Amino acid sequence: MPVLEAKDLTYTYSIGSPFEKTAVDHIDLAVEPGEFVGIIGHTGSGKSTLMQMMNGLLQPTSGKVLLDGKDIWEKGTDRRAVRFKVGLVFQYPEYQLFEETVYKDIAFGPTNMGLDKDEIDRRVRETAKIVGLSDDLLEKAPYALSGGQKRRVAIAGVMAMEPKVLILDEPTAGLDPRGRTQILSQIAAFRKSSGCTVMLVSHSMEDVAKYVSKLLVLSRAKVVCYDTPANVFARGDQLSEIGLALPQVTRIFHGLAERGVHVPEEVYTVKFGAEQLLSLLKGGKADDT
Amino acid sequence: MIRDITIGQYFPMDSVVHRMDARFKINITLIFLVMLFWGQSVAALAAGLIFVVTATALSKIPPKMIVKSLKPIVPILIITGVLNLFLLDSGKVYFEWGILKITESGVQTSVFMIARMCLLIAGTSLLTYTTSPIVLTDAIEALLSPLKKLKLPVHELAMMMTIALRFVPTLIEETEKIMAAQKARGADLESGNIIQRAKALVPILVPLIVSAFRRADELALAMECRCYHGGEGRTRLRELKSAPRDYIALGVTLLMLAAVITVNAILN
Repeated sequence: MPVLEAKDLTYTYSIGSPFEKTAVDHIDLAVEPGEFVGIIGHTGSGKSTLMQMMNGLLQPTSGKVLLDGKDIWEKGTDRRAVRFKVGLVFQYPEYQLFEETVYKDIAFGPTNMGLDKDEIDRRVRETAKIVGLSDDLLEKAPYALSGGQKRRVAIAGVMAMEPKVLILDEPTAGLDPRGRTQILSQIAAFRKSSGCTVMLVSHSMEDVAKYVSKLLVLSRAKVVCYDTPANVFARGDQLSEIGLALPQVTRIFHGLAERGVHVPEEVYTVKFGAEQLLSLLKGGKADDT
Repeated sequence: MIRDITIGQYFPMDSVVHRMDARFKINITLIFLVMLFWGQSVAALAAGLIFVVTATALSKIPPKMIVKSLKPIVPILIITGVLNLFLLDSGKVYFEWGILKITESGVQTSVFMIARMCLLIAGTSLLTYTTSPIVLTDAIEALLSPLKKLKLPVHELAMMMTIALRFVPTLIEETEKIMAAQKARGADLESGNIIQRAKALVPILVPLIVSAFRRADELALAMECRCYHGGEGRTRLRELKSAPRDYIALGVTLLMLAAVITVNAILN
Protein backbone atom coordinates (compact mmCIF):
# COMPACT_ATOMS: atom_id res chain seq x y z
CA MET A 1 0.00 0.00 0.00
CA PRO A 2 1.37 3.46 -0.84
CA VAL A 3 2.50 5.43 2.19
CA LEU A 4 1.42 8.73 0.68
CA GLU A 5 -1.13 9.25 -2.02
CA ALA A 6 -2.67 12.16 -3.88
CA LYS A 7 -6.06 11.63 -5.47
CA ASP A 8 -7.35 14.09 -8.02
CA LEU A 9 -5.62 16.85 -6.07
CA THR A 10 -6.25 20.47 -7.03
CA TYR A 11 -5.20 23.75 -5.47
CA THR A 12 -6.24 27.20 -6.64
CA TYR A 13 -4.79 30.39 -5.18
CA SER A 14 -6.84 33.57 -4.58
CA ILE A 15 -10.13 32.24 -5.88
CA GLY A 16 -12.35 35.04 -7.14
CA SER A 17 -9.66 37.72 -7.46
CA PRO A 18 -7.78 38.83 -10.57
CA PHE A 19 -4.78 36.88 -9.24
CA GLU A 20 -6.60 33.52 -9.36
CA LYS A 21 -4.25 30.72 -10.36
CA THR A 22 -4.46 26.96 -10.31
CA ALA A 23 -1.10 25.73 -9.05
CA VAL A 24 -1.94 22.04 -8.87
CA ASP A 25 -4.39 20.69 -11.39
CA HIS A 26 -6.04 17.29 -10.74
CA ILE A 27 -2.89 15.41 -9.82
CA ASP A 28 -2.81 11.69 -8.97
CA LEU A 29 0.26 10.29 -7.29
CA ALA A 30 1.16 7.24 -5.21
CA VAL A 31 4.41 6.98 -3.29
CA GLU A 32 5.44 3.52 -2.11
CA PRO A 33 7.21 3.10 1.26
CA GLY A 34 10.99 3.43 1.15
CA GLU A 35 11.02 5.08 -2.23
CA PHE A 36 13.29 8.02 -3.07
CA VAL A 37 11.17 10.25 -5.30
CA GLY A 38 12.63 13.16 -7.19
CA ILE A 39 10.23 15.92 -8.19
CA ILE A 40 11.27 18.08 -11.05
CA GLY A 41 9.65 20.94 -12.88
CA HIS A 42 9.99 24.58 -13.73
CA THR A 43 9.45 27.48 -11.37
CA GLY A 44 5.68 27.79 -11.02
CA SER A 45 4.97 24.22 -12.08
CA GLY A 46 3.28 23.56 -8.74
CA LYS A 47 6.00 21.59 -6.98
CA SER A 48 5.99 23.56 -3.73
CA THR A 49 2.19 23.78 -3.55
CA LEU A 50 1.90 20.03 -4.07
CA MET A 51 4.43 19.38 -1.31
CA GLN A 52 2.61 21.65 1.14
CA MET A 53 -0.59 19.74 0.54
CA MET A 54 1.15 16.44 1.17
CA ASN A 55 1.65 17.25 4.86
CA GLY A 56 -1.59 19.09 5.45
CA LEU A 57 -0.28 22.66 5.53
CA LEU A 58 -2.49 23.63 2.63
CA GLN A 59 -6.01 22.34 2.36
CA PRO A 60 -6.70 21.15 -1.18
CA THR A 61 -9.34 23.02 -3.17
CA SER A 62 -10.53 19.59 -4.22
CA GLY A 63 -9.24 16.05 -4.10
CA LYS A 64 -7.69 14.00 -1.34
CA VAL A 65 -4.35 13.32 0.31
CA LEU A 66 -4.06 9.85 1.83
CA LEU A 67 -1.45 9.00 4.45
CA ASP A 68 -1.31 5.24 5.07
CA GLY A 69 -4.60 5.05 3.23
CA LYS A 70 -6.35 7.58 5.47
CA ASP A 71 -7.63 10.95 4.26
CA ILE A 72 -5.70 13.59 6.22
CA TRP A 73 -8.55 16.10 5.93
CA GLU A 74 -11.14 13.69 7.27
CA LYS A 75 -12.95 15.00 10.33
CA GLY A 76 -11.19 14.16 13.56
CA THR A 77 -7.76 13.67 12.02
CA ASP A 78 -4.96 15.24 14.06
CA ARG A 79 -3.16 17.34 11.45
CA ARG A 80 -0.25 17.95 13.78
CA ALA A 81 0.34 14.22 13.96
CA VAL A 82 0.25 14.15 10.16
CA ARG A 83 2.97 16.79 10.04
CA PHE A 84 5.16 14.75 12.37
CA LYS A 85 4.78 11.77 10.05
CA VAL A 86 5.33 13.76 6.88
CA GLY A 87 8.28 16.05 7.61
CA LEU A 88 8.62 19.01 5.27
CA VAL A 89 11.79 21.02 4.80
CA PHE A 90 11.00 24.31 3.07
CA GLN A 91 13.10 26.21 0.58
CA TYR A 92 15.89 28.19 2.25
CA PRO A 93 15.04 26.59 5.62
CA GLU A 94 17.92 28.41 7.31
CA TYR A 95 15.69 31.49 7.59
CA GLN A 96 13.44 29.70 10.08
CA LEU A 97 16.05 29.17 12.78
CA PHE A 98 15.13 31.07 15.90
CA GLU A 99 16.49 29.39 19.03
CA GLU A 100 19.49 30.51 21.05
CA THR A 101 21.47 27.38 20.28
CA VAL A 102 21.68 24.90 17.44
CA TYR A 103 20.78 22.13 19.87
CA LYS A 104 17.53 23.81 20.93
CA ASP A 105 16.59 24.53 17.34
CA ILE A 106 16.97 20.93 16.25
CA ALA A 107 15.04 19.92 19.38
CA PHE A 108 12.08 22.19 18.51
CA GLY A 109 10.23 19.55 16.45
CA PRO A 110 10.81 16.61 18.81
CA THR A 111 9.83 18.82 21.78
CA ASN A 112 6.56 19.69 20.07
CA MET A 113 5.97 15.96 19.67
CA GLY A 114 6.03 15.67 23.44
CA LEU A 115 8.95 13.26 23.63
CA ASP A 116 10.93 12.80 26.83
CA LYS A 117 14.28 14.46 27.38
CA ASP A 118 16.51 11.45 26.74
CA GLU A 119 14.76 10.63 23.51
CA ILE A 120 15.06 14.25 22.33
CA ASP A 121 18.74 14.24 23.23
CA ARG A 122 19.32 11.02 21.32
CA ARG A 123 17.54 12.33 18.23
CA VAL A 124 19.28 15.72 18.24
CA ARG A 125 22.72 14.14 18.51
CA GLU A 126 21.99 11.44 15.96
CA THR A 127 20.63 13.77 13.30
CA ALA A 128 23.36 16.33 13.96
CA LYS A 129 25.85 13.56 13.24
CA ILE A 130 24.07 12.55 10.05
CA VAL A 131 24.20 16.09 8.67
CA GLY A 132 27.81 16.46 9.75
CA LEU A 133 27.49 18.98 12.58
CA SER A 134 30.14 18.46 15.22
CA ASP A 135 29.26 18.46 18.93
CA ASP A 136 30.86 21.83 19.64
CA LEU A 137 28.55 23.48 17.06
CA LEU A 138 25.46 22.31 18.96
CA GLU A 139 25.96 24.90 21.70
CA LYS A 140 26.56 27.78 19.30
CA ALA A 141 23.96 30.33 18.25
CA PRO A 142 22.53 29.47 14.82
CA TYR A 143 23.32 32.96 13.53
CA ALA A 144 27.01 32.39 14.14
CA LEU A 145 27.13 29.55 11.60
CA SER A 146 27.87 29.68 7.90
CA GLY A 147 25.06 29.49 5.34
CA GLY A 148 25.66 25.83 4.54
CA GLN A 149 25.84 24.90 8.22
CA LYS A 150 22.59 26.75 8.94
CA ARG A 151 20.91 24.87 6.11
CA ARG A 152 22.03 21.58 7.63
CA VAL A 153 20.79 22.59 11.08
CA ALA A 154 17.37 23.32 9.59
CA ILE A 155 17.26 20.00 7.75
CA ALA A 156 18.33 18.17 10.92
CA GLY A 157 15.45 19.89 12.73
CA VAL A 158 12.96 18.08 10.52
CA MET A 159 14.90 14.82 10.41
CA ALA A 160 14.88 14.75 14.22
CA MET A 161 11.12 14.24 14.12
CA GLU A 162 11.92 10.91 12.43
CA PRO A 163 9.13 11.26 9.89
CA LYS A 164 7.86 8.35 7.82
CA VAL A 165 8.10 10.55 4.76
CA LEU A 166 10.68 13.29 4.47
CA ILE A 167 9.93 15.98 1.90
CA LEU A 168 12.61 18.46 0.96
CA ASP A 169 11.88 21.50 -1.19
CA GLU A 170 15.07 22.37 -3.07
CA PRO A 171 17.42 21.59 -0.20
CA THR A 172 20.46 22.46 -2.32
CA ALA A 173 19.30 25.82 -3.72
CA GLY A 174 22.02 28.42 -3.60
CA LEU A 175 24.78 26.09 -2.43
CA ASP A 176 28.10 25.43 -4.16
CA PRO A 177 28.60 22.04 -5.87
CA ARG A 178 30.43 20.66 -2.87
CA GLY A 179 27.71 21.68 -0.43
CA ARG A 180 25.15 20.21 -2.80
CA THR A 181 26.66 16.74 -2.96
CA GLN A 182 27.26 16.87 0.78
CA ILE A 183 23.64 17.57 1.64
CA LEU A 184 22.29 15.10 -0.91
CA SER A 185 24.48 12.28 0.34
CA GLN A 186 23.51 13.11 3.92
CA ILE A 187 19.85 12.86 2.95
CA ALA A 188 20.56 9.52 1.29
CA ALA A 189 22.37 8.37 4.45
CA PHE A 190 19.42 9.39 6.61
CA ARG A 191 17.07 7.46 4.36
CA LYS A 192 19.24 4.39 4.67
CA SER A 193 19.51 4.55 8.47
CA SER A 194 15.88 5.43 9.17
CA GLY A 195 14.24 3.58 6.31
CA CYS A 196 11.99 6.53 5.57
CA THR A 197 10.52 7.57 2.26
CA VAL A 198 12.09 10.67 0.73
CA MET A 199 10.61 13.14 -1.72
CA LEU A 200 13.06 15.65 -3.08
CA VAL A 201 12.04 18.71 -5.06
CA SER A 202 14.72 20.05 -7.32
CA HIS A 203 15.21 21.65 -10.65
CA SER A 204 18.61 20.19 -11.19
CA MET A 205 18.46 16.96 -13.18
CA GLU A 206 22.04 16.17 -12.13
CA ASP A 207 21.06 16.29 -8.46
CA VAL A 208 18.12 13.96 -8.68
CA ALA A 209 19.50 11.54 -11.26
CA LYS A 210 22.14 10.30 -8.87
CA TYR A 211 19.93 9.37 -5.95
CA VAL A 212 16.29 8.87 -6.78
CA SER A 213 14.47 5.64 -7.54
CA LYS A 214 11.53 7.40 -9.15
CA LEU A 215 11.08 10.70 -10.87
CA LEU A 216 7.97 12.85 -10.99
CA VAL A 217 7.97 15.48 -13.72
CA LEU A 218 5.55 18.38 -13.36
CA SER A 219 4.70 21.03 -15.87
CA ARG A 220 2.01 23.70 -15.67
CA ALA A 221 0.35 22.20 -12.61
CA LYS A 222 0.04 18.75 -14.18
CA VAL A 223 1.99 15.48 -14.05
CA VAL A 224 4.00 14.86 -17.22
CA CYS A 225 5.34 11.51 -16.10
CA TYR A 226 6.07 9.49 -12.99
CA ASP A 227 8.55 6.71 -13.64
CA THR A 228 12.07 5.44 -13.01
CA PRO A 229 14.82 7.89 -13.99
CA ALA A 230 15.87 5.64 -16.87
CA ASN A 231 12.39 5.66 -18.37
CA VAL A 232 11.97 9.38 -17.79
CA PHE A 233 15.29 10.28 -19.37
CA ALA A 234 14.50 8.05 -22.31
CA ARG A 235 11.86 10.64 -23.17
CA GLY A 236 14.42 13.38 -23.67
CA ASP A 237 12.48 15.10 -26.44
CA GLN A 238 9.39 15.46 -24.31
CA LEU A 239 11.48 16.87 -21.47
CA SER A 240 13.11 19.49 -23.64
CA GLU A 241 9.68 20.40 -24.95
CA ILE A 242 8.65 21.54 -21.47
CA GLY A 243 11.97 23.27 -21.03
CA LEU A 244 13.81 20.73 -18.88
CA ALA A 245 17.26 19.54 -19.84
CA LEU A 246 18.60 16.02 -19.41
CA PRO A 247 21.63 15.62 -17.13
CA GLN A 248 24.80 16.77 -18.88
CA VAL A 249 26.32 13.31 -18.84
CA THR A 250 23.21 11.80 -20.46
CA ARG A 251 23.38 14.41 -23.19
CA ILE A 252 27.03 13.53 -23.83
CA PHE A 253 26.15 9.87 -24.20
CA HIS A 254 23.23 10.64 -26.50
CA GLY A 255 25.64 12.70 -28.59
CA LEU A 256 28.14 9.87 -28.69
CA ALA A 257 25.47 7.40 -29.74
CA GLU A 258 24.33 9.76 -32.50
CA ARG A 259 27.87 9.82 -33.81
CA GLY A 260 27.88 6.05 -34.01
CA VAL A 261 29.77 5.20 -30.84
CA HIS A 262 28.41 2.05 -29.23
CA VAL A 263 27.43 3.31 -25.80
CA PRO A 264 24.26 2.75 -23.79
CA GLU A 265 21.90 5.72 -23.87
CA GLU A 266 20.49 5.34 -20.38
CA VAL A 267 23.48 6.89 -18.61
CA TYR A 268 22.54 9.46 -16.03
CA THR A 269 25.26 9.45 -13.41
CA VAL A 270 28.82 10.54 -14.01
CA LYS A 271 30.14 7.47 -12.23
CA PHE A 272 28.30 5.01 -14.44
CA GLY A 273 29.24 7.03 -17.51
CA ALA A 274 32.92 6.97 -16.59
CA GLU A 275 32.79 3.18 -16.10
CA GLN A 276 31.15 2.77 -19.49
CA LEU A 277 33.77 4.90 -21.21
CA LEU A 278 36.62 3.11 -19.44
CA SER A 279 35.40 -0.33 -20.41
CA LEU A 280 34.90 0.92 -23.93
CA LEU A 281 38.47 2.19 -24.09
CA LYS A 282 39.91 -0.95 -22.50
CA GLY A 283 37.82 -3.21 -24.65
CA GLY A 284 39.78 -2.16 -27.70
CA LYS A 285 38.93 0.25 -30.43
CA ALA A 286 36.76 -2.14 -32.34
CA ASP A 287 33.62 -0.35 -31.10
CA ASP A 288 34.93 3.07 -31.93
CA THR A 289 34.01 3.47 -35.55
CA MET B 1 -6.07 35.03 8.00
CA ILE B 2 -3.41 37.62 7.18
CA ARG B 3 -4.76 37.80 3.64
CA ASP B 4 -7.92 39.45 5.00
CA ILE B 5 -6.08 42.70 5.56
CA THR B 6 -7.08 44.90 2.64
CA ILE B 7 -5.75 48.25 3.87
CA GLY B 8 -3.28 49.55 1.34
CA GLN B 9 -4.08 46.80 -1.11
CA TYR B 10 -4.06 47.71 -4.77
CA PHE B 11 -6.61 46.13 -7.07
CA PRO B 12 -5.41 46.53 -10.65
CA MET B 13 -8.20 47.20 -13.18
CA ASP B 14 -8.64 49.31 -16.24
CA SER B 15 -11.09 52.04 -15.31
CA VAL B 16 -11.58 55.80 -15.31
CA VAL B 17 -10.90 55.96 -11.60
CA HIS B 18 -7.67 53.99 -11.97
CA ARG B 19 -6.47 56.34 -14.69
CA MET B 20 -7.20 59.49 -12.69
CA ASP B 21 -4.37 61.68 -11.44
CA ALA B 22 -3.47 60.42 -7.99
CA ARG B 23 -3.04 63.96 -6.64
CA PHE B 24 -6.64 64.68 -7.49
CA LYS B 25 -7.76 61.39 -6.03
CA ILE B 26 -6.10 62.23 -2.71
CA ASN B 27 -7.65 65.71 -2.66
CA ILE B 28 -11.05 64.35 -3.58
CA THR B 29 -10.78 61.76 -0.80
CA LEU B 30 -9.90 64.52 1.67
CA ILE B 31 -12.90 66.59 0.56
CA PHE B 32 -15.05 63.48 0.89
CA LEU B 33 -13.85 63.04 4.48
CA VAL B 34 -14.59 66.68 5.32
CA MET B 35 -18.03 66.25 3.79
CA LEU B 36 -18.72 63.14 5.90
CA PHE B 37 -17.74 64.83 9.14
CA TRP B 38 -19.32 68.18 8.40
CA GLY B 39 -22.62 66.65 7.46
CA GLN B 40 -25.06 66.33 10.35
CA SER B 41 -28.04 65.22 8.35
CA VAL B 42 -29.29 62.10 6.66
CA ALA B 43 -28.94 64.03 3.42
CA ALA B 44 -25.18 64.31 4.02
CA LEU B 45 -24.91 60.56 4.55
CA ALA B 46 -26.94 60.01 1.40
CA ALA B 47 -24.52 62.24 -0.49
CA GLY B 48 -21.62 60.20 0.88
CA LEU B 49 -23.34 56.98 -0.12
CA ILE B 50 -23.96 58.27 -3.64
CA PHE B 51 -20.29 59.28 -3.83
CA VAL B 52 -19.06 55.83 -2.76
CA VAL B 53 -21.52 53.91 -4.96
CA THR B 54 -20.76 56.02 -8.05
CA ALA B 55 -17.01 55.84 -7.53
CA THR B 56 -17.14 52.08 -6.97
CA ALA B 57 -19.22 51.57 -10.10
CA LEU B 58 -16.83 53.72 -12.15
CA SER B 59 -13.77 51.94 -10.76
CA LYS B 60 -15.06 48.47 -11.69
CA ILE B 61 -13.91 47.21 -8.28
CA PRO B 62 -16.18 44.31 -7.25
CA PRO B 63 -18.48 45.57 -4.45
CA LYS B 64 -17.44 42.42 -2.57
CA MET B 65 -13.98 43.94 -2.13
CA ILE B 66 -15.48 47.08 -0.57
CA VAL B 67 -17.44 44.96 1.88
CA LYS B 68 -14.26 43.03 2.63
CA SER B 69 -12.47 46.26 3.50
CA LEU B 70 -15.07 46.84 6.23
CA LYS B 71 -14.35 43.54 7.91
CA PRO B 72 -11.40 44.63 10.10
CA ILE B 73 -13.36 47.54 11.61
CA VAL B 74 -16.38 45.47 12.66
CA PRO B 75 -15.25 45.39 16.33
CA ILE B 76 -14.84 49.19 16.31
CA LEU B 77 -18.27 49.55 14.73
CA ILE B 78 -19.84 47.37 17.39
CA ILE B 79 -18.16 49.21 20.27
CA THR B 80 -19.12 52.64 18.88
CA GLY B 81 -22.64 51.49 18.20
CA VAL B 82 -23.17 50.02 21.65
CA LEU B 83 -21.59 52.97 23.50
CA ASN B 84 -23.69 55.51 21.64
CA LEU B 85 -26.79 53.39 22.05
CA PHE B 86 -26.61 53.26 25.83
CA LEU B 87 -24.77 56.42 26.83
CA LEU B 88 -26.90 59.03 25.15
CA ASP B 89 -30.15 59.79 26.87
CA SER B 90 -32.46 62.32 25.46
CA GLY B 91 -35.66 62.04 23.52
CA LYS B 92 -38.13 59.22 23.67
CA VAL B 93 -37.19 56.21 25.82
CA TYR B 94 -37.63 52.89 24.02
CA PHE B 95 -36.26 50.57 26.63
CA GLU B 96 -35.11 50.82 30.22
CA TRP B 97 -33.49 48.23 32.48
CA GLY B 98 -31.62 49.37 35.58
CA ILE B 99 -29.09 51.93 34.47
CA LEU B 100 -29.32 50.79 30.85
CA LYS B 101 -31.49 52.99 28.75
CA ILE B 102 -32.10 53.07 25.04
CA THR B 103 -33.40 56.39 23.78
CA GLU B 104 -34.36 57.91 20.50
CA SER B 105 -31.21 60.02 20.27
CA GLY B 106 -29.06 57.01 21.19
CA VAL B 107 -30.48 54.92 18.37
CA GLN B 108 -30.18 57.79 15.92
CA THR B 109 -26.60 58.65 16.83
CA SER B 110 -25.35 55.07 16.84
CA VAL B 111 -26.88 54.30 13.43
CA PHE B 112 -25.51 57.59 12.14
CA MET B 113 -22.00 56.93 13.47
CA ILE B 114 -21.88 53.39 12.10
CA ALA B 115 -23.02 54.51 8.68
CA ARG B 116 -20.51 57.35 8.71
CA MET B 117 -17.61 55.05 9.62
CA CYS B 118 -18.58 52.48 6.98
CA LEU B 119 -18.62 55.22 4.34
CA LEU B 120 -15.32 56.56 5.63
CA ILE B 121 -13.55 53.22 5.28
CA ALA B 122 -15.24 52.37 1.97
CA GLY B 123 -14.29 55.73 0.47
CA THR B 124 -10.68 55.65 1.58
CA SER B 125 -10.27 51.98 0.59
CA LEU B 126 -11.32 53.00 -2.90
CA LEU B 127 -8.33 55.33 -3.02
CA THR B 128 -5.84 52.54 -2.28
CA TYR B 129 -7.72 49.95 -4.33
CA THR B 130 -7.47 52.13 -7.43
CA THR B 131 -4.02 53.64 -6.94
CA SER B 132 -0.81 51.65 -6.87
CA PRO B 133 1.25 52.38 -3.75
CA ILE B 134 4.14 53.79 -5.78
CA VAL B 135 1.91 56.30 -7.57
CA LEU B 136 0.22 57.13 -4.30
CA THR B 137 3.45 58.09 -2.58
CA ASP B 138 4.53 60.04 -5.66
CA ALA B 139 1.33 62.01 -5.37
CA ILE B 140 1.80 62.56 -1.65
CA GLU B 141 5.30 63.81 -2.35
CA ALA B 142 3.95 66.17 -5.00
CA LEU B 143 1.25 67.48 -2.66
CA LEU B 144 3.68 67.98 0.20
CA SER B 145 6.43 69.52 -1.93
CA PRO B 146 5.63 73.10 -0.82
CA LEU B 147 6.92 71.99 2.60
CA LYS B 148 10.37 71.51 1.09
CA LYS B 149 10.81 75.25 1.54
CA LEU B 150 10.58 74.65 5.28
CA LYS B 151 13.51 72.23 4.96
CA LEU B 152 11.25 69.26 5.52
CA PRO B 153 12.76 66.13 3.88
CA VAL B 154 9.63 65.47 1.82
CA HIS B 155 11.30 63.23 -0.75
CA GLU B 156 12.98 61.11 1.90
CA LEU B 157 9.71 60.71 3.79
CA ALA B 158 7.94 59.70 0.58
CA MET B 159 10.72 57.24 -0.24
CA MET B 160 10.43 55.72 3.21
CA MET B 161 6.71 55.34 2.72
CA THR B 162 7.19 53.79 -0.71
CA ILE B 163 9.62 51.27 0.71
CA ALA B 164 7.39 50.47 3.66
CA LEU B 165 4.37 49.94 1.40
CA ARG B 166 6.42 47.97 -1.09
CA PHE B 167 7.50 45.55 1.62
CA VAL B 168 4.11 44.95 3.24
CA PRO B 169 3.19 42.12 0.83
CA THR B 170 6.72 40.75 0.96
CA LEU B 171 6.66 40.58 4.73
CA ILE B 172 3.18 39.07 4.72
CA GLU B 173 4.42 36.39 2.37
CA GLU B 174 7.48 35.86 4.51
CA THR B 175 5.36 35.58 7.66
CA GLU B 176 3.16 32.98 6.01
CA LYS B 177 6.19 31.02 4.89
CA ILE B 178 7.77 31.06 8.34
CA MET B 179 4.45 30.14 9.96
CA ALA B 180 4.08 27.22 7.57
CA ALA B 181 7.62 26.08 8.24
CA GLN B 182 7.20 26.19 12.01
CA LYS B 183 3.82 24.48 11.74
CA ALA B 184 5.58 21.76 9.75
CA ARG B 185 7.74 21.25 12.83
CA GLY B 186 4.66 20.98 14.99
CA ALA B 187 4.41 24.55 16.27
CA ASP B 188 0.96 25.03 17.74
CA LEU B 189 -0.33 28.53 16.99
CA GLU B 190 -4.01 28.01 17.50
CA SER B 191 -4.53 26.71 21.01
CA GLY B 192 -3.49 27.45 24.57
CA ASN B 193 -3.88 30.44 26.87
CA ILE B 194 -2.56 33.95 26.20
CA ILE B 195 0.91 33.26 27.60
CA GLN B 196 1.28 30.06 25.60
CA ARG B 197 0.12 31.82 22.48
CA ALA B 198 2.54 34.69 23.02
CA LYS B 199 5.34 32.17 23.47
CA ALA B 200 4.29 30.40 20.29
CA LEU B 201 4.94 33.66 18.41
CA VAL B 202 8.67 33.63 19.21
CA PRO B 203 9.53 31.06 16.51
CA ILE B 204 7.79 33.34 14.01
CA LEU B 205 8.86 36.80 15.16
CA VAL B 206 12.56 36.06 15.57
CA PRO B 207 13.15 34.84 12.00
CA LEU B 208 10.83 37.55 10.67
CA ILE B 209 12.74 40.38 12.35
CA VAL B 210 16.08 38.91 11.36
CA SER B 211 14.93 38.70 7.76
CA ALA B 212 13.55 42.25 7.82
CA PHE B 213 16.97 43.51 8.84
CA ARG B 214 18.64 41.40 6.20
CA ARG B 215 16.31 42.79 3.54
CA ALA B 216 16.89 46.36 4.71
CA ASP B 217 20.63 45.80 4.49
CA GLU B 218 20.42 44.33 1.01
CA LEU B 219 18.10 47.06 -0.20
CA ALA B 220 20.35 49.83 1.14
CA LEU B 221 23.30 48.25 -0.61
CA ALA B 222 21.41 47.85 -3.88
CA MET B 223 20.27 51.48 -3.75
CA GLU B 224 23.77 52.69 -3.11
CA CYS B 225 25.11 50.57 -5.95
CA ARG B 226 22.74 52.45 -8.23
CA CYS B 227 23.97 55.77 -6.87
CA TYR B 228 20.75 56.74 -5.13
CA HIS B 229 21.35 60.05 -3.39
CA GLY B 230 17.95 61.42 -2.46
CA GLY B 231 15.53 63.80 -4.05
CA GLU B 232 17.61 66.58 -5.53
CA GLY B 233 17.68 66.56 -9.33
CA ARG B 234 15.87 63.26 -9.57
CA THR B 235 13.52 62.82 -12.51
CA ARG B 236 10.63 60.44 -12.76
CA LEU B 237 9.72 57.57 -15.00
CA ARG B 238 6.03 58.37 -14.66
CA GLU B 239 5.09 62.02 -14.41
CA LEU B 240 1.78 62.79 -12.78
CA LYS B 241 -0.53 64.34 -15.36
CA SER B 242 -3.96 65.79 -14.88
CA ALA B 243 -6.73 65.52 -17.45
CA PRO B 244 -10.16 67.18 -17.81
CA ARG B 245 -11.79 64.22 -16.05
CA ASP B 246 -9.80 65.04 -12.92
CA TYR B 247 -11.15 68.59 -12.82
CA ILE B 248 -14.68 67.34 -13.45
CA ALA B 249 -14.43 64.85 -10.57
CA LEU B 250 -12.99 67.50 -8.29
CA GLY B 251 -15.73 69.94 -9.30
CA VAL B 252 -18.50 67.42 -8.63
CA THR B 253 -17.06 66.57 -5.22
CA LEU B 254 -16.75 70.24 -4.28
CA LEU B 255 -20.35 70.81 -5.33
CA MET B 256 -21.43 67.94 -3.09
CA LEU B 257 -19.50 69.46 -0.19
CA ALA B 258 -21.13 72.83 -0.83
CA ALA B 259 -24.56 71.18 -0.90
CA VAL B 260 -23.90 69.39 2.38
CA ILE B 261 -22.74 72.62 4.03
CA THR B 262 -25.82 74.45 2.75
CA VAL B 263 -28.17 71.76 4.04
CA ASN B 264 -26.43 71.98 7.40
CA ALA B 265 -26.85 75.74 7.52
CA ILE B 266 -30.55 75.51 6.60
CA LEU B 267 -31.22 72.83 9.24
CA ASN B 268 -29.58 74.91 11.94
